[in-house]
Amino acid sequence: MRKGKPVILVRNLDFYYGASRALSGIQLDIKKHLVTALIGPSGCGKSTFLRCLNRMNDTIANTRVEGSILLDGEDIYAPEYDLADLRRRVGMVFQKPNPFPKSVFDNVAFGPRMLGIASGKTELEEMVFSSLEQVGLWQELHEHLKEDALNLSLGQQQQLCLARVLAVRPEIILMDEPASALDPIATAHLEQLIFKLKEAYTIVIVTHNMQQAARVSDFTGFFWMGELVEYNPTNQLFTRPAKELTETYITGRMG
Amino acid sequence: MLQFHQTAFDREFDKILTDVQTMAQQVEQAIERSMEALYDNNTDLAHKIIAEDAKVNKLRYDVESECLALIATQQPTAGDLRAVIAAMHIVVELERIGDHVKGIAKTVIMMEEEPLLKTFKKIRKMGGLSHEMLRDVIDAFVERDAEKARTIAMRDPEMDDLYHVVFEKLVKVMAHKPELVTRATYLMWCSHNLERIADRVTNIAERVIFMATGTFGDLDNALA
Repeated sequence: MRKGKPVILVRNLDFYYGASRALSGIQLDIKKHLVTALIGPSGCGKSTFLRCLNRMNDTIANTRVEGSILLDGEDIYAPEYDLADLRRRVGMVFQKPNPFPKSVFDNVAFGPRMLGIASGKTELEEMVFSSLEQVGLWQELHEHLKEDALNLSLGQQQQLCLARVLAVRPEIILMDEPASALDPIATAHLEQLIFKLKEAYTIVIVTHNMQQAARVSDFTGFFWMGELVEYNPTNQLFTRPAKELTETYITGRMG
Repeated sequence: MLQFHQTAFDREFDKILTDVQTMAQQVEQAIERSMEALYDNNTDLAHKIIAEDAKVNKLRYDVESECLALIATQQPTAGDLRAVIAAMHIVVELERIGDHVKGIAKTVIMMEEEPLLKTFKKIRKMGGLSHEMLRDVIDAFVERDAEKARTIAMRDPEMDDLYHVVFEKLVKVMAHKPELVTRATYLMWCSHNLERIADRVTNIAERVIFMATGTFGDLDNALA
């Protein structure tokens, strides 16, 4: 579990929607127990790239992947690769909180139940407790576990979705604009959470908010027109970017 | 095709650049006047230089406040961030250069009572050189020109040489004419202040290089 050791290796990744190429020649290492932020203008390919990491793009018709993504040395696009296992190991949180129309408890228990990874009621309860605890919701919600999750505030809903991901004990968490629907307080809370969670998980976050990328991440990748222009330690990318294109984008001068 | 546009940062930073230039011009003028006061034994002018240093100090704080506001409101990154930080360092150096000039003005006042010793031409040359270096380094800052900054820093040894010549000469005067020791000491202070100004210009040059390239470099060591 060495921090900073590459856990995902992306090699020469191309991605096509039909005939149009959305990603070309992507090459990067995602490092263990660190936060990697992906930034770039709309349509640059950063979300498409994120969804390649747990094969969420497979659900879109007429798409094609070339190159490889190795998770712990195994190509996740190999035909024999266990997709259910991949989705468990690489969880995802989306832009808008998407709790199921079920109780708080059932939302968090959903994954363990479906995957059959809890041996009994006590273990399931333990999983729900520990997931809610990790996202900082236990204190607020332990007396409201039977309440409808849709009654929670947006910030709480997003935390709950994160708890739902944690409940299946993933190794990597993908976040696609997780704070874009949240107010500044809920955003600050989520950022604190990201900082805490990287102790135990590897996190990849797509964000339009450059300051957020700068605040929460250890590495930043800048995407532009389907290419990874620069991938460097965050402090370096935001103080002395290696590429002029990066500088133009992060200083807000891109027209 | 990729388009570039002006940002709120650019507009705000232009104001800061103008203020830094104004401050530098005031300091340059003070250097020139201090040489005039020294060579003409003009204590009125010396008093004026001391009084006007307050304006330079005020500008320093003005620029610092503007930089803080810019960081808080625009969250600059990369070259923009380095430029703001450079401006903050540069105004501190300019303020200190102002203090060195004030030091020269003070010695002019103190020398009034002392028997006359013809002031060496080389001190005026030092004044001219420090003035030129300062003007050029501020240009380099405004133009974000690292190469220019490097060239300016390369003139510092020229200043050191002048300083050593003046120093030796003054020591000789002291050895042979005891009645001139006090005035010679004051002149030594003057030349020391001028030599320090060039050092501070070199510090500014380092800042300009950092702003333009993102790399720190100690120009003193590089030239040694």
